[in-house]
Amino acid sequence: MTAQHPSPLHPMTYSTRGADPATAPAFLTPLDHMGSGLPGSGLSWLNELRAAGRERFAAVGLPTIKNESWRYTNLRDLAKLTFQPAAPAAAAIDLLPTVRAEGQDGPRMVFVDGRFRADLSSVDGLPPRVDLLSLDAALSTHAGLLADHLGRLAAADDRPLVALNSAYLADGAVLHVPANVQVERPIELVFVSVGSESQATTCHPRMLLIAEAGSKAVVVEHHVGRGTGTTLSNHVTEVFVGEGATLHHYKSQREGAGAIHLSHIAATVATGGCYDNFILTTGAKLSRNEVVSRLDGTEARTHVSGGYLVRGTQHADTTTLIVHAKPNGTSREVYKGVIDDTARAVFQGKITVCPDAQKTDGYQLNRALLLSDGAEIDSKPELEIHADDVKCSHGCTAGELDDDALFYLRARGIDRDTAQGLLIGAFLSESLEEIAEESIRDAFQGIVAGWLEEQK
Amino acid sequence: MAAQPETVEQVRAVTEQKYKYGFTTDIESDVAPKGLNEDIVRFISAKKEEPEWLLDWRLKAFRVWQTMEEPQWAAVSFPPIDYQDAHYYAAPKKKAGPKSLDEVDPELLKTYEKLGIPLREQEILAGVEGSEGKSPAIAVDAVFDSVSVATTFKAKLEEMGIIFCAISEAVQKHPDLVKKYLGSVVPYTDNYYATLNCAVFTDGSFVYIPKGVRCPMELSTYFRINQANTGQFERTLIIADEGSYVSYLEGCTAPQRDENQLHAAVVELVAMDDATIKYSTVQNWYPGNAEGVGGIYNFVTKRGACRGRNSKISWTQVETGSAITWKYPSCILQGDNSVGEFYSVAITNNFQQADTGTKMIHIGKNTRSTIVSKGISAGKAQQTYRGLVKILPRAEGARNHTQCDSLLIGDKCGAHTVPYIESRNRSARIEHEATTAKISEDQLFYCRQRGISEEDAVSLIVNGFCKEVLKELPMEFAVEAQKLVGISLEGSVG
Repeated sequence: MTAQHPSPLHPMTYSTRGADPATAPAFLTPLDHMGSGLPGSGLSWLNELRAAGRERFAAVGLPTIKNESWRYTNLRDLAKLTFQPAAPAAAAIDLLPTVRAEGQDGPRMVFVDGRFRADLSSVDGLPPRVDLLSLDAALSTHAGLLADHLGRLAAADDRPLVALNSAYLADGAVLHVPANVQVERPIELVFVSVGSESQATTCHPRMLLIAEAGSKAVVVEHHVGRGTGTTLSNHVTEVFVGEGATLHHYKSQREGAGAIHLSHIAATVATGGCYDNFILTTGAKLSRNEVVSRLDGTEARTHVSGGYLVRGTQHADTTTLIVHAKPNGTSREVYKGVIDDTARAVFQGKITVCPDAQKTDGYQLNRALLLSDGAEIDSKPELEIHADDVKCSHGCTAGELDDDALFYLRARGIDRDTAQGLLIGAFLSESLEEIAEESIRDAFQGIVAGWLEEQK
Repeated sequence: MAAQPETVEQVRAVTEQKYKYGFTTDIESDVAPKGLNEDIVRFISAKKEEPEWLLDWRLKAFRVWQTMEEPQWAAVSFPPIDYQDAHYYAAPKKKAGPKSLDEVDPELLKTYEKLGIPLREQEILAGVEGSEGKSPAIAVDAVFDSVSVATTFKAKLEEMGIIFCAISEAVQKHPDLVKKYLGSVVPYTDNYYATLNCAVFTDGSFVYIPKGVRCPMELSTYFRINQANTGQFERTLIIADEGSYVSYLEGCTAPQRDENQLHAAVVELVAMDDATIKYSTVQNWYPGNAEGVGGIYNFVTKRGACRGRNSKISWTQVETGSAITWKYPSCILQGDNSVGEFYSVAITNNFQQADTGTKMIHIGKNTRSTIVSKGISAGKAQQTYRGLVKILPRAEGARNHTQCDSLLIGDKCGAHTVPYIESRNRSARIEHEATTAKISEDQLFYCRQRGISEEDAVSLIVNGFCKEVLKELPMEFAVEAQKLVGISLEGSVG
């Protein structure tokens, strides 16, 4: 409790406290060699966005644990490595993950080391006027749309990694659903980290999801790894949910043992809209998922839930912020975690209710299960309430499997491993049930079952 | 009030000699000149006729303090404090006290009356001559502006081997005990305000309960801040030896003063095997007026160490006063099976700010902790619960339950919850719950319909909300605390 952090009431201006400017050059030097090779270099607003990101990151570098938001996740080891921007990989990729039943197809975009691979993707079958394309392509065809939205939500001021992403801004996915259009089939976005055996590589994918008033869409992200090299993927996603629109945004992160997965999602929800987010983390040696969901209209809703399953020496950080800026908003957050071996999980969840946001209903739950003596959980559920007519609560627990429940199953002839698996499965299902789309819930349940299978 | 003869003698001896570090002391007010430097630290130490080791310790702390930065992380804001613009020592005026309660400031008596302090205690608190030793049921060690003036019931306690005296007296009479435990829970390098306290603390209480002794009465200290512009830096040290029990009450009242006064106390508790310390606080210092002018800055470090097996430390606090409160009474649960408790009611009204909570550090096996925090925010006040529950790998079977509830009255105030929960032992069970709500219209309507005024209704409902904590207070305090809840929320509705 001695570290400094921006006071919730009196945000501090950004200082280099909790930052390490010395780490910046290693990340920025390769960028300087790329020169004007980045797409869209003729767009002045984009050049400004990139330059601002570059300048910000150069001034502060990677966050350190003195930064209150990073007190439990140490990027020290990152600073020791030299990352090269990932080369566009032509590698053949087979067996792409999907939530679809066999034989079915649907809209899918595949990115390898952050670069769009048209040969592996298909955007067919979308309703008319729905745009789903790579950021690289959108910079030439939809520059106006991007100018209006990119960098509007993900503030780089106090988030060095968002700044770094902006500096490298080159490719990613853009989804634009016009007003009152319903996209029924889930849109799959597959991110494959291949990297290199000989050196550590990095990529900075950027995504933009726009659901205009009254529209609906379902987006599923899969993050997987191929190869054993060290990869750092630093994702930034900006989400705009219009009046009465609904966007379901699901993500499964199953990157390899050499992967570092950093992600920042910033969403804004207009009146009567709903942003539904679920993140299942099982992969990467180090991961951090930041989700910021702002209810900027009245009667807006957001669900920010997920599960984290870690073992070995994995480190998984979940940091969420829900901002109720307008009255009558509802937010719900259910996170469940299982931690084994000497793995470590971090959960920082904050709900802010602004002075005007009367009649807010906020609920947050984080429960962690520790399976071994070396496992660690650090939780920081936070409430910041500036309105009086609100109902906000959070709950947080940590502990091991219930001995009585285990005994009950053992007494019925179920072996220890199976009994444990059953109980862990049941424990996690509470958060998986937050997934509204059945096909996706089933697919994510399959991932959990696979994880438990490996456990034995 | 009649002070202990030795205290009188001591004060006279010190004050009559010319101060040898460069300035003379005005004997009438007996206030050190404004400012903070090594000379002031030496001056305080000399006034107290302290041994060399204590002066050295103070100076070490002062030098560390000069290198420290004021903490910024708490959710409170105030203009920067000029540490040079305060007196660091103020002994009470030696002129005769009032002869009876009739001569005491009626405003002060009104506050006492509202609080329900027994007449006899009022006399002692107001400094009426000859009131000492009449018949209070509680042993009172009244601290007036940094110097402990009277200690009652001392003889009776002495029979049982209990030491209850001013810490400056303990330094003279029981130097070994003080030397052994002072700074052992809150080291002189601990934090900005605690370190400042180490350098300039003037007085406070010292309690030692010998092995196997159950202290037969509640030990109590009333703190008051009288002199304008004086920082108050008490140092309290309580040691409960094996198998002993003590319940300690700390109450605070301060008369109305315009300028902000800094209060940076340090309280250290040490509980050995099977010992129990119950520490209760009712804090109702001047919170500033309705416009947020004036009031006390209460930046306090309180920490207890459960050193022994089966030891227990229980903190209960009712915080209604002060302009700014920055306070985290904590427990270090070192001994196996030791227990830590924290019960808190914090009420902030008008422009008050409070950032308060606790730390429970579980080190030993089967250590248990309970946290119940009730925060009430009204007017334009801001309140934060900030707490840490930390389970270290060796704390097999540790258990924590935390309940933080906030109640908001009015739409201009804020209530925040910032708990940190860190577990490194799988067999540990931790539960944390927090809720935020407002007084429901239904409850208010129900009371109003039965002819209860709005203000009384709010007081009633809030008292119900706090009941879980208030019932932990010793009887004498519980009544006082309930009334305080009502007084603190005056003017918050309607």
